[in-house]
Amino acid sequence: MEEIGNLFQGFATVIQPFNIVLMFVGIILGVLIGVLPGLGGANGVAILLPLTFSMSPTSAIILLSCIYWGALFGGAITSILFNIPGEPWSVATTFDGYPMAQQGKAGEALTAAFTSSFVGALFAVIMITLVAPLVAAFALRFGPAEKFGVYFLAFCSFIGMSKEPPFKTLAAMMLGFALASVGLDQVTGQLRLTFGFTHLLTGFDFLIAVIGLFGIGEILLTMEEGLAFRGNKAKMDLKVVLKTWKELPKYWMLSLRSCLIGCWMGITPAGATPASFMSYGIAKRISKRGKNFGNGEIEGVIAPETAAHAAGTAALLPMLSLGVPGSPTAAVLLGGLLIWGLQPGPMLFIENKEFVWGLIASMYIGNIVGLIVVLTCVPLLAAILRVPFSIIAPLILVLCAIGAYSVNNSTFDVVMMMVFGVAGYFLKKTNYPLAPLVLAIVLGSKAEEAFRQSLLSSQGSLSIFWSNALVGTIMGLGLIALFWSAISNVWSRVRGPATA
Amino acid sequence: MARKAKALEGLTQRSVEIAVALAIMLLGIITVYGSILVGIGWGAEGPKAGFLPFYIGLFIIGSCAINLFSIFAAGESDRLFAEWGQLRQVMSVVVPATVYVFLVDPIGIYLASFLLIAVFMKWIGRYSWATTIGVAIGMPLVSYMVFEKWFLVPLPKGPIEAMLGL
Repeated sequence: MEEIGNLFQGFATVIQPFNIVLMFVGIILGVLIGVLPGLGGANGVAILLPLTFSMSPTSAIILLSCIYWGALFGGAITSILFNIPGEPWSVATTFDGYPMAQQGKAGEALTAAFTSSFVGALFAVIMITLVAPLVAAFALRFGPAEKFGVYFLAFCSFIGMSKEPPFKTLAAMMLGFALASVGLDQVTGQLRLTFGFTHLLTGFDFLIAVIGLFGIGEILLTMEEGLAFRGNKAKMDLKVVLKTWKELPKYWMLSLRSCLIGCWMGITPAGATPASFMSYGIAKRISKRGKNFGNGEIEGVIAPETAAHAAGTAALLPMLSLGVPGSPTAAVLLGGLLIWGLQPGPMLFIENKEFVWGLIASMYIGNIVGLIVVLTCVPLLAAILRVPFSIIAPLILVLCAIGAYSVNNSTFDVVMMMVFGVAGYFLKKTNYPLAPLVLAIVLGSKAEEAFRQSLLSSQGSLSIFWSNALVGTIMGLGLIALFWSAISNVWSRVRGPATA
Repeated sequence: MARKAKALEGLTQRSVEIAVALAIMLLGIITVYGSILVGIGWGAEGPKAGFLPFYIGLFIIGSCAINLFSIFAAGESDRLFAEWGQLRQVMSVVVPATVYVFLVDPIGIYLASFLLIAVFMKWIGRYSWATTIGVAIGMPLVSYMVFEKWFLVPLPKGPIEAMLGL
């Protein structure tokens, strides 16, 4: 029960006045980021990361993780009121949320969305509290080969579970690894792939890639669509909220299922977006009112929102306990840990207890704060959305440039951000997934280090990755994940005739 | 005939897919070449610096080849990547933004941001001069207060700031 004590210490850290203020600031910024097109969770956190350089790591992670929670909440507002998903994971929320708003039930839809988000997050945080220390303790036994196995598993699940063509995922991921290997080789101290350009000596910073790919790329996509916001008015008052809350417990089974889907998809790095679609799809198939989905069913709002928030939160579990982020935003937070001088991975639970439990405690309180903020601020946020994009776009561009510059105080990075931005626009429009690309840039050097250390100890033989039961199991799971879609195809073909 | 008419309306998805696959493949070839330069074999210190990047480069080339193959296997299609009008919209951000990122180094981020916001709001948004100038001055000013004064993050400055003694 040592964990409970640690958790309460975490709460004590979090409720210091300065940290509570940071929490509110983070949530409000996060909701704004979630609402505004062109600013998403990952690049919003990346832009604001430099602001935390002078803070203590615990305060910094509270601010940044609250931005993340805020962005998760905020995505639902635009989906329901404007039929424009502020974030990819709230696309599924538009299916039933927007029709509800058109029928004048925007208040109910928003309340349902926020409350389900909260439930999903809470479920995932409780799971993290219980499971993360166990995973971390287990992972302490990992040698280089096992570490590489975990990376292998993470990247294989990307290829196997992605809805994009597998070879596009592979190409994007390998491109990320190639970018990660530019610069100084950490093992031999040799320069590689720099071709004599001094700017490339330090390699590509993944924060620049995140800001470019997600931030600038998103602005270009929004410009192309030529957005005009024509939305519904939301009437939110206590009566609507209470009335909706009275109805919600009826859907406990749906919520529980969505939570489980979300947690599973968050831990395996599939992420919040597929989780929300999967949860919506399953709810539609199972629900008695499934036929009416798409015409404004409250269940069609609860399912994707619960799963997206559970997945978004659960993505922090592998980041904290293994050092493998489950989503691009978790990857940015991991980058933050490195900048603050912390080593992500199992040792964190031993060496930086205050930090870990502060973060976990802040997830509990941050989500409560988030729920209060979004329930009270909807009209204000909807007003911000009516500011035309021709004002918002240059302001976001400037913010991205400031963020990109202050990562390394380099104006060359600002130029690189633009290059990544244009690349991101084309990659996104041609269905190359960006998440594995970014994760590969973050984890590239660590994965390579583990790989080379393993090969060193085995004199170059790949058999080291099958040398004991533990690493063999991890690698085996990786291979199953890699060929998951092929396996499930065969499975359904074998099962198909039997049931038909 | 119909296809030609379609091609006049915008860029086809197919041509962009091919261009993107070729561009990624080129990066793969550069990776392989760069790895060979630093050595891809097994040295005294274990695998040499180019060992892993070499195979990564091969993976990139291989997966792009498969992607190209599937594009050609799918045959011609009328799907548009974007209409010319949409691309013009995109370029209206790309061009000023590109000029902007190259201006940050010589003239500092504040003046460059002022110019970007002003050009953007006047040219695309067609706002009145008062609104334009207000936002264009306000945003850099707020960033200055938040980043330099409050969070002590220095931002790039140019000759104007030097003149003002900031």
